[in-house]
Amino acid sequence: MTVLDSAVPGGDISGMWDRHRFDMKLVNPANKRRFELIVVGTGLAGASAAATCAELGYKVKSFCLQDSPRRAHSIAAQGGINAATNYANDGDSVHRLFYDTVKGGDYRSREANVHRLAEVSVNIIDQAAAQGVPFAREYGGSLTTRSFGGAQVSRTFYARGQTGQQLLLGAYSALMRQVGAGSVDLYPRREMLDLVLVNGQARGIIVRNLVTGEIERHAADAVLLCTGGYGRIFYLSTNAVNCNVTAAWRAHKRGAFFANPCYTQIHPTCIPVSGEHQSKLTLMSESLRNDGRVWVPKKQGDTRKPNDIPEGERDYYLERRYPAFGNLVPRDVASRAAKKACDEGNGVGATGLAVYLDFRDAIKRLGKAGVAEKYGNLFDMYARITAENPYETPMRIYPASHYAMGGLWVDYNLMTTIPGLFALGEANFSDHGANRLGASALMQGLADGYFVAPYTVGNYLWGTDLGGKVTTDHDAFAEAENAAKEKTAKLLAIKGKRSALDFHRQLGKVVWNKSGMARNEAGLKEAIEEIPKIREEFWENVSVPGSGDTLNQGLVEASRLADFLELGELLARDALNRDESCGAHFREEHVTEDGEAKRDDANFSYAAAWEWHDESKPQTLHKEPLEFKYVKQTQRSYK
Amino acid sequence: MSELNLKLRIWRQKDSNSPGGLVDYTLNGVSTHSSFLEMLDQLNRQLIDAGEEGIEFDSDCREGICGMCGLVINGVAHGPVNTTTCQLHMREFVDGETLTIEPWRAGPFPVLKDLVVDRGSFDRIIAAGGYVSVATGAAPDANAIPVPKDKASEAMDSAACIGCGACVAACPNASASLFTGAKIAHLAALPQGEPERGRRAANMVNKMDEEGFGNCSNHGECEAVCPKEIPISVIAKMKREWLRSIFTST
Repeated sequence: MTVLDSAVPGGDISGMWDRHRFDMKLVNPANKRRFELIVVGTGLAGASAAATCAELGYKVKSFCLQDSPRRAHSIAAQGGINAATNYANDGDSVHRLFYDTVKGGDYRSREANVHRLAEVSVNIIDQAAAQGVPFAREYGGSLTTRSFGGAQVSRTFYARGQTGQQLLLGAYSALMRQVGAGSVDLYPRREMLDLVLVNGQARGIIVRNLVTGEIERHAADAVLLCTGGYGRIFYLSTNAVNCNVTAAWRAHKRGAFFANPCYTQIHPTCIPVSGEHQSKLTLMSESLRNDGRVWVPKKQGDTRKPNDIPEGERDYYLERRYPAFGNLVPRDVASRAAKKACDEGNGVGATGLAVYLDFRDAIKRLGKAGVAEKYGNLFDMYARITAENPYETPMRIYPASHYAMGGLWVDYNLMTTIPGLFALGEANFSDHGANRLGASALMQGLADGYFVAPYTVGNYLWGTDLGGKVTTDHDAFAEAENAAKEKTAKLLAIKGKRSALDFHRQLGKVVWNKSGMARNEAGLKEAIEEIPKIREEFWENVSVPGSGDTLNQGLVEASRLADFLELGELLARDALNRDESCGAHFREEHVTEDGEAKRDDANFSYAAAWEWHDESKPQTLHKEPLEFKYVKQTQRSYK
Repeated sequence: MSELNLKLRIWRQKDSNSPGGLVDYTLNGVSTHSSFLEMLDQLNRQLIDAGEEGIEFDSDCREGICGMCGLVINGVAHGPVNTTTCQLHMREFVDGETLTIEPWRAGPFPVLKDLVVDRGSFDRIIAAGGYVSVATGAAPDANAIPVPKDKASEAMDSAACIGCGACVAACPNASASLFTGAKIAHLAALPQGEPERGRRAANMVNKMDEEGFGNCSNHGECEAVCPKEIPISVIAKMKREWLRSIFTST
């Protein structure tokens, strides 16, 4: 059994990152030029890491699957980014952001990583503002903030409802500056299909050129995976349709442990499912809960129009159950509360699987123009999708898969269990524990990419015997390339009857019903039985027309789904193993008297990291014990 | 919810070097709640289940922000409503309607296959100067440089560009002026990056020309199709910034 060494430096947590940076080896500028890095993904983590490493002098190859690095899914983040600047003078501090994040994650994250995240959060805002990110401002010209779930201070910076877009375009502009300077080579429309190991170290990747179908080999001295999360395992999610787990999963099959796959975030405020035709669900930003009030009719099956239901017959259930945080409880709590309201028969809309998010009172208070200034683009989006006017009638919302807290296991240096393979942003597991707070994903992606990995990767490169340069002529590249080609050929040769999309929808239903917002032993065991059967049928009956030497979205989808079908089983196994409730992982067997998640700290204060062996046997579990020295583990309460 | 039966004429093209043409399809039972791309998904599922190759088209976020999707629908970039193709819903069409679906057409956006084009020229325009030269770690405190609220708001209006390329597809000259102007206007509104303001405008405009985009002759088609409502005034701003760069020595 591999011993999981988190590589957390000793000493007090405050100042730990500073001391660690001092202790790390420095690479002089002339030597940096000798090292090549591969960065896969160009979201906030990938673009910021690639740009920063290139600024430092490393030679960088940047890969993305879209036609341009500017399109990575970070772009869709709406509400904001947290930082402990205390500009609002409301009592915020690095320690409070650290505390809120550990508590928000229900005490299942690694304290040292979270503390570092809170420390560098301030630098991110400085960096983005200097790049020209048009954050919201006060009349005096200073930055303004708003509140987000799970916090009682106002620490969320934003650029209208397009904060992710603006931060990504900032990181993208930094990346493109390096492309223009010749220090980053850009490889768009590439899908990573395998990781290449030489002497046990990550030394390159195999990618498929999505336009020509060519399988390409790329060598480097280290590989950074910034490939996002696996929320599309549910098929319907708020993720972009091209989000996938393939890069991380293939790395997992080469030896990188996969941690806490059962920690998946179901976001409470999404536009509800309207029918079988749907390819994705659209998020309505959490920021709406600053002013919108969530309610359902008190009467079950009430079919009156929402505006006809008098105040006394409405149940503002979040305000009732959580008076301290009200509508701003964390996402896991809000999602479960919505599910409970619908399960009890109080849901609204045609399917009964929706609750109201009502702006009537906010419009009274701020005026329509005031509400439009804050949320106009979100209201427009809602109106376009549903053909209803949210200024006049409450929005209908329901929870949907949004984010993956689980991911590749990494140590304090963001290195996976494969030397030389780093995982940044949503692709790793480290900072959010069992539940991520709103506006913290942007913070983590940029913290990892701008301020953490550029140091720790340098330390690895200079402190490790790499055994000289590796070229793509090495046998390991030939082996990985052949494996990738065989897999493609196999998918094309099946010539079955069902599209990959059809299988994906089937998998999604199983994962949603059995490993979704609420889980129990019987359901999880069923999922562990059913998913391998879907996988078996997939490999016999998937239809992938066309060829492998051209753009072929059907082939791409099938290739990605093959990995989701393996991950789905591991997700259920992980959820079954974790015989407690914590954060977003809600086991119906473990509930407090108030209906909240009931942790079992004595037995489950660990990160579950799974090791792949081969197709013939399931992964084995390794544990990284989690110690809480600075934030006391208590029953999370938002009352 | 009602359903539509549609006749579709869709551009099929094997690759950049082959000629293409419109191919007719019939698609029945399309939910009016579907987005335009979900309608194409439905057609593709029908084709793939029958063992035929699906139609290639680009899309990613499907919520109108990534800029990946973009089709010319009945002759209009992004179709009849002022939004992205992914946010266009089938309730905008009527039963029995014929829809002609084509890729963006512009020299600097070569067709790769079917409805997919290469917009790498946009990235190269940004690489020529669409940034503030500030290395990671070199930033002052975010509140050290105040930005007036109206200036931040003006910058945001232009920064909202998603780089979809509809402006180019709609322009009779295939000009990229709205796209380039939006980035120049965004950064010119802010104190950050002021020292390189002239270089930026000159380099980006030169790159735009070099990539083969045409000039702006004030047709205004770009503004009419822009899903993010970027105003044509950013082009005037770009021209002013470009002229300014000639008379100032940065």
